[in-house]
This record gives sequence, C-alpha cells and structure tokens, in this order.
Amino acid sequence: MLLASLVDLSRLQFALTAMFHWIFVPLTIGLGFIIAIMETYYVRTGNEFWKRTTKFWMKIFAVNFAIGVATGIILEFQFGTNWSNYSWFVGDIFGAPLAIEGILAFFMETTFFAIMFFGWNKVSKKAHLLSTWLVAFGTALSALWILVANAWMQYPIGMEFNPDTARNEMVDFWAVATSPVALNKFIHTITNAYVLGSVVVIGISSWYLLQKREEEFSRRSIKIAAIFGLISLVVLIWSGDGSGYQVSQKQPMKLAAMEGLYRSSNGTPLVAFGILNPKKNVSAMVDDSIGYELEKPYIFNISIPQGLSLLANRKFDSFVPGIEDILKGGYTYTDVNGEQQVALSVEEKIVRGKSAIAALALYNKAKEAGDDEGKEIARKQLMDNFEHFGYGFIKNPQDIVPNVPLTFYAFRVMVILGGYFILLFLLTIFMERKSLIGKSRWFQYMAITSVPLVYICSQAGWIVAEVGRQPWTIQNLLPVQASVSGVSSSSVLVTIILFFVLFSVLLIAELAILFKVIKKGPGA
Amino acid sequence: MLYFLQHYWWILVSLLGAILVFLMFVQGGQSLLIWSTKNKEEKTLLINALGHKWELTFTTLVTFGGAIFASFPLYYSTSFGGAYWLWTAILFLFVIQAVSYEFRGKAGNLLGAKTYETFLFLNGMVGTILIGVAVGTFFTGGSFVMDKMSITDIYKPTISYWTNGWHGLDAITNPFNLTMGIVVFLAARTLGLLYIIMQIDSDAFITRCKSQVKVTGTAFVIGFVLLLLVLFTMTGYSVSQENGLISPVRYKYFFNMTQLIWPLAMLLMGVILVLWGLGTSFFAKGRYSFYITGGGVVVAVWSILICAAFNDTAFFVSTVNIQNSLTLYNSSSSEFTLKVMAFASLMIPFVLGYIVYVWRALTKVKISTDEIGKADSHKY
Repeated sequence: MLLASLVDLSRLQFALTAMFHWIFVPLTIGLGFIIAIMETYYVRTGNEFWKRTTKFWMKIFAVNFAIGVATGIILEFQFGTNWSNYSWFVGDIFGAPLAIEGILAFFMETTFFAIMFFGWNKVSKKAHLLSTWLVAFGTALSALWILVANAWMQYPIGMEFNPDTARNEMVDFWAVATSPVALNKFIHTITNAYVLGSVVVIGISSWYLLQKREEEFSRRSIKIAAIFGLISLVVLIWSGDGSGYQVSQKQPMKLAAMEGLYRSSNGTPLVAFGILNPKKNVSAMVDDSIGYELEKPYIFNISIPQGLSLLANRKFDSFVPGIEDILKGGYTYTDVNGEQQVALSVEEKIVRGKSAIAALALYNKAKEAGDDEGKEIARKQLMDNFEHFGYGFIKNPQDIVPNVPLTFYAFRVMVILGGYFILLFLLTIFMERKSLIGKSRWFQYMAITSVPLVYICSQAGWIVAEVGRQPWTIQNLLPVQASVSGVSSSSVLVTIILFFVLFSVLLIAELAILFKVIKKGPGA
Repeated sequence: MLYFLQHYWWILVSLLGAILVFLMFVQGGQSLLIWSTKNKEEKTLLINALGHKWELTFTTLVTFGGAIFASFPLYYSTSFGGAYWLWTAILFLFVIQAVSYEFRGKAGNLLGAKTYETFLFLNGMVGTILIGVAVGTFFTGGSFVMDKMSITDIYKPTISYWTNGWHGLDAITNPFNLTMGIVVFLAARTLGLLYIIMQIDSDAFITRCKSQVKVTGTAFVIGFVLLLLVLFTMTGYSVSQENGLISPVRYKYFFNMTQLIWPLAMLLMGVILVLWGLGTSFFAKGRYSFYITGGGVVVAVWSILICAAFNDTAFFVSTVNIQNSLTLYNSSSSEFTLKVMAFASLMIPFVLGYIVYVWRALTKVKISTDEIGKADSHKY
C-alpha cells in the first residue's frame, strides 16, 4: 500500500508551489491591464506625465513577472514529476490546454514583454502600446487555458474512458473549453487579479500620499485603479455567485464543507458568520447519529434563512445536502442532465467503483486471451460503474470529506474581505471626488493595510477551491492516492525543503527590491 | 490518421526541442559570466544582451513541456515521474535563472549581484549539460517499469516508476548521455559566443570571444562527430506495428537515417550549415555566423530527434523490461486530441511571425554601455 506520507507530501509540495506562484500571478495580470490603460492615456494625450507613471508601474510589474515565471515552471512540470499517474490517466485531456497555453499565450506574453521593456526607443509609440496591451491580453489568455484545465479537474466533461489505453480520452474539445465551471472560474479568477492589482496600486499610491510625495501621480493612479477595481469587483461577485452555484451542482461535498453543513433539511440557511465546533467528528457522526445531537456543528453562528438553498439551487425551499447526507445518500437531486435522481451512499459508490476497477482488469485479461465475449461483458460492467471509478480507491466513506474547518474559514475570509473591498473602492472613489484623499491619513493607512488583505483574500479563494475538492484530483474519477508518482517520500520531502527555502529567499528578495523601487518613487 | 498525427506531433515536438537547443545560446552566453568576462562592465553588457532573449528560451522550454504532455502523455508521465531528480535538478536550475536577470542589478536584491551571476552561470553550465543528458535518454532509455493496467491495483496503482533509488540521476553516469550533455553545452556556448560577437558593441570583448569561439566551436564539431559515430553504431529498439513487441536492432539509428533518407539529408544540411557558419566566423567577419550556425544546429538536432522515434523506433527504452518501452504508438494522445492540437498548431507560423518581428526590432541596435545607459532603456 502506498504510504500516506507520500500522498500528503506530494499534496504539500503542490500546495506550497501553487500558493507561492499565486502570490505573483494576480499582480502581473492585474497590473498589466492597469499599465495598458495608463499607456493608452500617454499615447492619446502625449503627456509625459503618463509615460512616467506607466514606466514606474512597469518596474513593479517586471520584478513581479520574473518571479512569477520562476515559480510557474515548477507547477507545469510537477504534474509529471509528482502526479505521473494522473498525467497518464487524463493527460489526453489535461495536456491540451497546457500546450495551447504555451503556444498561444506564453509566447505572446514573453515576446511582447521584450518590446514593452526594451522597445521604447526602438518601435513607434503605437507599436509599443499595442505590445503592452498584448502582454496584458496574453496574461489573461494564459490564465484562461490553465483555468480550463483546472475546471476540468473539478468537473470532468467532454471525455470517455478507453479501457484499451486505461485512460480518459477527449471527445469534445468545446465541452472542455467552454464548460460552465471553466467560464465561471476564469471570470472569477481574472477579476480577482484585477481587484488585487487595483488594491496594490491604491495601497502604494496612498503610501506616497502619506509621505506627502508624488501627489499628482498618486491621485491619478488611485483614480484609475479604484474605478477599474470596482468594475472588476462587481463582476467578481457576480461570478462568485455563479461559482457557488456550479459547486453546489457539481461538487456538493465541497459546498457542504464550505458551510460546515453536516445534516440538512429543505430551506437550508446560509452561515453568514460562524465558529465551528472543533469536537465535531465526521467518523463518530457516521456511526452514531446521537453524536450529531451531542456535538452541534457550530459553537456560534449567524445564518441567513434559506440562503444556501437559494444560492445552491435558486429555490428558497430546496434541499442542499450536508456532509452526513452525502455520505448516507438517499436524498433526491437533479443531475447534470436535469433528471431527478436518488443519491447513492458513499459506501455504495465505493462498491461500484471497485466493480469498475475490477471490470477494467477483467477486460484486459479477456483481451489478452482473445475472449471477445468476456471483453464485452467486462466493458459493460466498467461503463455502467465508471462514474464512480475513483471511489474504488477510497478506503472509508469518511475519506471523501475534505478538511472542513480550513474550507469553512477560508470561504468566510474570502467573502468578508470581498465585501470589505467594495467599501474600499466606493470610499476611494468618494474621497477622490471630494479631493479628500491627500488629506485623510486614516484612509491612507486603511489603503496600505488593504494590500496584505487582498493577498489573503485571493489565497483564501484558492484554498476553498482546492482543499474543498479533496480527495479528488479529478472529481469522482481519481483520488490523490491513485494520482501520485512512484517516488520515495524522502525525495519529495527534500524537494519540498529545497523549493520552500529557495522560494522564500526569492520572495524576500523580491519584496526588498520592490520596497526600494517604491521608496525611490516614479521620479527616480 | 492516428499514425500520421503521431508522427506529425513527434516532428513538432522535435522541432521545439531543436529550437530549444538553438535558443540555449542564452545559457551558453551565461556560462561566460565567470572566468570569461574581465570586469563588471563586460558582465553588464553580456547580461543585457542576453537579457533581451532569455524569456524566449524559457518559454520554449515550458512549451516543449506542455506539447509533450499533450501529445505523448505517457512519456511525460514516465520520464518526469521516474527520472524525478534529473528533471527536478533541471527545473531548479531554470528557476534560479528566471529571477536572476531582473534581480541582479536591483538595489535591495538580498543576495548580491555575484550570487545572481553565479545562478546564471550554473544555469548556463549545468543546466545545458543536464538537458543534454535528458535528451540522451531518448536513445539510452531509463531504468523504469511501466504497466498501464497497474491502475487496477487499488493498493498500488502506480503505472510507472524508476527501479533504482537514483530516480534519474543515474542517467548522468551513462557515457553517451554525458557526452550528449557536453555537446549540447558546447553548442550553446558556441552560439552564445557568436551571439555576443554579433550583438555586443565592445571591441576588446569581441576579440576575446572571437578567439574563444575557435576553440569552443572546434570542440563542439569534434564532440558532435564523436556523438554521431557512437549513435550510429548503437543498438536501438524496434517496435512491431503488428503486435507491438519490441526487439533490439543493431545500428538502428544509422538505419533510420539511411532508410528514411530525408533525416540524413537534414543532418548533412545541418552539419554543412554549422561548418559554414563557424567558418565565416573563424576566417571572415562572420556577420551572419550566429544565424547560419544556429540554423544548422536546429536542422541537425531536429533530424536526430526525429530518428529517435521514427521508423518504428522505441524512443524511451526501459532497460529493465524492453517490452515496457515507449513508442509513438503506445504513448501518444488519442487521435481526437492530436487532431485538436494539430488545429492549434496552425497558429505556430503566426507566432513565429511576431517573434521574428520582435527579434528584429530588438537586435537592430547593438548593445553598448551607451545604449544600456539611455533613459528609456530597461536595464538588467
């Protein structure tokens, strides 16, 4: 049996490298767009002020871009180095968006990045502006394809399992590229990056105002960032609602974990704020329903009546399954084809998953023996049970419950901070219009403090998305323990330490450089 | 159709690999940072000249990874998951490169300019050798086992794994792989020198590079010829299209060249271009030596990589059980995916078009201290 530590360490390494990468990427995406707007002002007005402003933000962009590139390469190759089973099992579908990302987006970003930074006196103003927009567009395009790939893991669609090759194969590219989960995820993530970029611009500009420096530069930068940020945030919230709906339809266990919802009923409330009961134990709950009564899920909570039902199913009195409901099954739900189904218990899904896996082995034996009839019987058994294939690797039903506290609190951190940023942007626009922004020290402190908060918000969003879907690398089809490479735990441990130390040092260096650049200011 | 697409994608992946070797002139240039540059000014000139191009090499490497994942996922899975330490070392060396250009010259960079220069040097020296070693495994294989049906073992569903604890580092000890690594390094360094001669405006530095390129270029040609001699006398492994069985064939790669002919013609063309390019540099001004030699390297490497898998050749041989070896037929994506990707590949000429435009825009002015010092210039 595979050592649990190998799976945990591989997950830790991926989480670590992904979280590091996500420190830098949203600023690159967000700032790229803001820089493009600023340079457009420059080209349209010919005002050197805008060129100076553009070039200052480009310095921040360049430092951030470099470390984003450095941390990104690990992620791509890690699918092979640490998740090699996964890479074969779904490489036929998952690899395509990565390759298209490389061909269409990466080259666009890096090629025009060169013009953006080295081409000021080598190409015309308009060609330079076009390059800056192409870099901004390239970063978004790159995000699109990687998010298509990520969304497919959460909602596998457009493929069929091929027993001859023992893997999933793509049959409908557009279903993969335009799945509702992918579109929502893209809009949600890209607008998150725009909001982050805006908050960083507002924060840095406010620091100058606090120092009573660069007033015109700061006010104009703040104005652009606040309007751009607010528009992005409205779309972000709208897509967040869409994401919530998609999660409820495709990943009910994730939604239950996000809500700390163990046992449900019609008209499920939405927890606006709550503290989970740390004594609540999933394994005790499954065997002993009295345990549920003894250990309430929350120590304290404020809930919106029927809110979750509305968010999840667009109906006030609908049923949103809790963790226990999903484990035990028996409730009615509407499947992706719009048909009413009775949910199976996880135990039953495990049985069916094992049946699918056994059928694949039988299929292979029959094929080797030239037994066509045996092949057909095995194929039918496999296909009838394939939707539960991944459950065959699950030992105990409780193993499909993700880390509830982490998912629950990360979700609340994300939502509460999202709400806070609406206030921040509205306040910024109001203060700017009333010309109070340069005078109000409390606002300047608030804007500066918002910079770390926007990073926390952004990371929290990914924690919800990725921790909440555990143990699946591909929803219902492949759990983490069947996805990892056959390397030793000690090797993975060493690479975790290596990358952690390296990335930490580089992060500190990046911050130190950025602080120096900011301190020097746009006048330098 | 599947047969055609498998070969089409191998041609594209091989082309990406060949272009990557050419673009590693950036790494070759970086290898000059220690010992071959006299002072800080020369280092800065070198880094700024290479700094306009490093991302192109990096992106090609990343795209190579993505393309091989999408078109031959079993190779991606088996090689990366098996030769864990070899690939991790390569990645590590490219991570330290990616930050070094931007961080080196900046105030507050924590580690100091020399550390970042050392990072660039290590990437240029060791990174190229290790990539060459990884390329060498296309011919020498690896110590892995692979069985797709292992997925049906719910307790140990690992499809492939390396059978020794070295996890790919053992590939470095193979003389052929190591020779390949050294030849790739010499190619990169030769091209790096030619790029500097073409692009940097500093007489003293260029004079030194001109004398260095004679030694490095000659070593590259000798190393390359030696490598070809070993390659053409090696035993390769052939796969039967009828039953998928794999068997050893003496002089397989030589036969691949002579039976297919066109890769041989490509190889000869590549060698002629390399010799021509080097000759113009050795005995004349060599204004276009970089492009001519670079073109030769692309065509020659492309032909060799094609021969690694064409003509029913196993391109990643299991030295533990040859029947576990990877071929174009058992490792590729499905026909549908390869077709979708083939449509995406139609964009490549457009991508190449704008790369050429940007390349020309940025190389028309030589890099000099004055040029770097211009107010509008982003410096490294």
